[in-house]
Amino acid sequence: MLNIKELNVSVEEKQIIKDLSLKVGSGEVHAIMGPNGSGKSTIAHTLAGNPNYEVTSGKIDFNNEDLLNMDPSERSLSGLFLAFQYPIELPGVTNASYLKQIVNVHRKHNGDKPIEAGEFLKMLKEKSSKLNIPMDMHSRFVNAGFSGGEKKKNEVLQLDLLNPNLVIMDETDSGLDVDALKSTSEAVNQLRSSKRSFIIITHYLRLLEYIEPDYVHVFQEGSIIESGDKSLANKIDTEGYAY
Amino acid sequence: MNKVSKDTFKQDKYKYGFVTDIESDKIPKGLNEDIIKLISKKKDEPQWMLDWRLNAFKRLQQMSPPKWVKAKFDDIDFQDIYYYASPKNFKDKPKSLEDVDPKLLETYEKLGIPLKEQKVLAGVAVDAVFDSVSVATTFKDKLDEIGVIFCPISEAIKKHPDLVRKYLGSVIPVTDHFYATLNSAVFSDGSFVYIPKGVRCPMELSTYFRINASETGQFERTLIVADEDSYVSYLEGCTAPMRDENQLHAANVELVALDNAEIKYSTVQNWYPGDENGIGGIYNFVTKRGLCKGNNSKISWTQVETGSAITWKYPSCILKGDNSKGEFYSVAITNNFQQADTGTKMIHLGKNTKSRIISKGISAGKSSNTYRGLVNFHRKAKNAKNFTQCDSLLVGDRCSAHTIPLTENSSNDSSIEHEATTSKISDDQLFYVMQRGLSAEEAQGIIVNGFCKEVLQNLPMEFAVEAQKLVNISLEGSVG
Repeated sequence: MLNIKELNVSVEEKQIIKDLSLKVGSGEVHAIMGPNGSGKSTIAHTLAGNPNYEVTSGKIDFNNEDLLNMDPSERSLSGLFLAFQYPIELPGVTNASYLKQIVNVHRKHNGDKPIEAGEFLKMLKEKSSKLNIPMDMHSRFVNAGFSGGEKKKNEVLQLDLLNPNLVIMDETDSGLDVDALKSTSEAVNQLRSSKRSFIIITHYLRLLEYIEPDYVHVFQEGSIIESGDKSLANKIDTEGYAY
Repeated sequence: MNKVSKDTFKQDKYKYGFVTDIESDKIPKGLNEDIIKLISKKKDEPQWMLDWRLNAFKRLQQMSPPKWVKAKFDDIDFQDIYYYASPKNFKDKPKSLEDVDPKLLETYEKLGIPLKEQKVLAGVAVDAVFDSVSVATTFKDKLDEIGVIFCPISEAIKKHPDLVRKYLGSVIPVTDHFYATLNSAVFSDGSFVYIPKGVRCPMELSTYFRINASETGQFERTLIVADEDSYVSYLEGCTAPMRDENQLHAANVELVALDNAEIKYSTVQNWYPGDENGIGGIYNFVTKRGLCKGNNSKISWTQVETGSAITWKYPSCILKGDNSKGEFYSVAITNNFQQADTGTKMIHLGKNTKSRIISKGISAGKSSNTYRGLVNFHRKAKNAKNFTQCDSLLVGDRCSAHTIPLTENSSNDSSIEHEATTSKISDDQLFYVMQRGLSAEEAQGIIVNGFCKEVLQNLPMEFAVEAQKLVNISLEGSVG
């Protein structure tokens, strides 16, 4: 599914990621844990193609294609989804019409006709209720004035609507209270499948208690310093990153 | 996103740039008394109309074109313009659509304005003005039944002289300023609308202006009178062929709303903007003014300005009647080398008068976009209120946006609120939307349409969707 080879990434001339290699197979859930400022979010943005992050060397294969040759929208259309740590506000754009547009652009890419209004509404209702999102949120402007929790739920809703095969969750747990964390995690767990892989970026164990990872990687100063299974996460939780 | 550098432009986005191959009957170039007499004769006008024009021309000779606009252009040689052009052999306006030259029908069809009534947008009556003449007006009979007059102004001058004489020049005086006076001397065609007392016009009225002939100026004149307790919604659209020359469009539009009347006037202006090097395009120097003459009357201007090399206009309201209301909603988009200096004037004369100004300027490429506005409270305008909001959005870093709001207040107990913002489409916004699968241009479109939403939602339903698309097309190529 995803194969990152000796990746080096700079932001404004400063090297953030150093010789990172990581393989993610179909259906696997990888957690990347690390302290603040270790470069975790840089991985997420680099994978999604944010132009502010410059890949200085290395390769990324995504479903046997060269990911680094694709622009952000091409990456999205080939099935890569990033749930943002800080979702961006789009004033004047109603959430419902935005969601419909992103659904349709993926349908078009797959050769499908635009979704009927009624069908879309039905789908939106069903997927919103799983996340305890009230329907009136969709008549508001995208993320504008949303609470931290609402923004994160809206990210997971988009994930659910777009059916990606690689999901990168960038600190989706931050800003969520316990109830929201629960419903969000449940929704994510329902989306786990043998064809969909996850990279979950977090610095707390909390989220991993709900979404159980297959692999845990400890990330520090731009590289993975240790990999293991879920027990590694527990170790970090009790002993901290400086263990 | 990095593949195309910012500020690269594409051509051929102006899909209305074709020329209709139809011979035109032009009078000689130049501006003098004989030309004005000839125009009047072509139109078979009564003597009073000719006298009115000649008076305007006399005054014009003592005036010179204003220079204060924030736009650069060479002086216009007013003797080097054709002031009248009509399709050849077009003596009388055809009585029915069957008699209209098929080439003209085809032209409007291509522009998305089918004139055959069975094809026409439901609920919209259209007057089609081609160069200097109106070539067709739809749904006239239906409007006649309820007493609504909707016809070319040249026809109104002959058939409804009392109304025209009473109101023509009553809002924009003959000597207002150079271009308005020029229009008064040489105006060719435009629409006349009269809504009788107590009538709510059941359909949108719309005029579609097309410049076709080269080296020709278009001098449209539109007059709309809404009698007591009436309502009308009117929309104008405009396009022109792609040419290397600059062509002048100097229109005068006058609106009069009597007691309790409401006029909603919408413009979707898409004149040829010139090419990506700033060659060619229309000079759109237009005077639009509405008079809220009666108490409780209301005039609302909505404009979407995407075309023209230079746009220079301030649709304004004179709030004379007590409790009258004026509104101005504007989206002005400039790309490449386009220049826009536009805004409004709200002149509060009556008590409890209210005005609302929402202006959205979007600049891309190397363009310049200026909001210029005046809010004036006369000393008798007790308890007058204004709200102004001017937002500018910059695309790329080679364009400019300017806001010049002016307030004159002689009334003690009035209130003015003013808000202004300037923002750039952020890379974060583009990246976020692209991460969901939209292309850079689609992403920009969704963000810009969000920015314009407050204005676009004021357009009649049938046109709001078109306007949204137009907003996207106008900015194509401006994002990397």
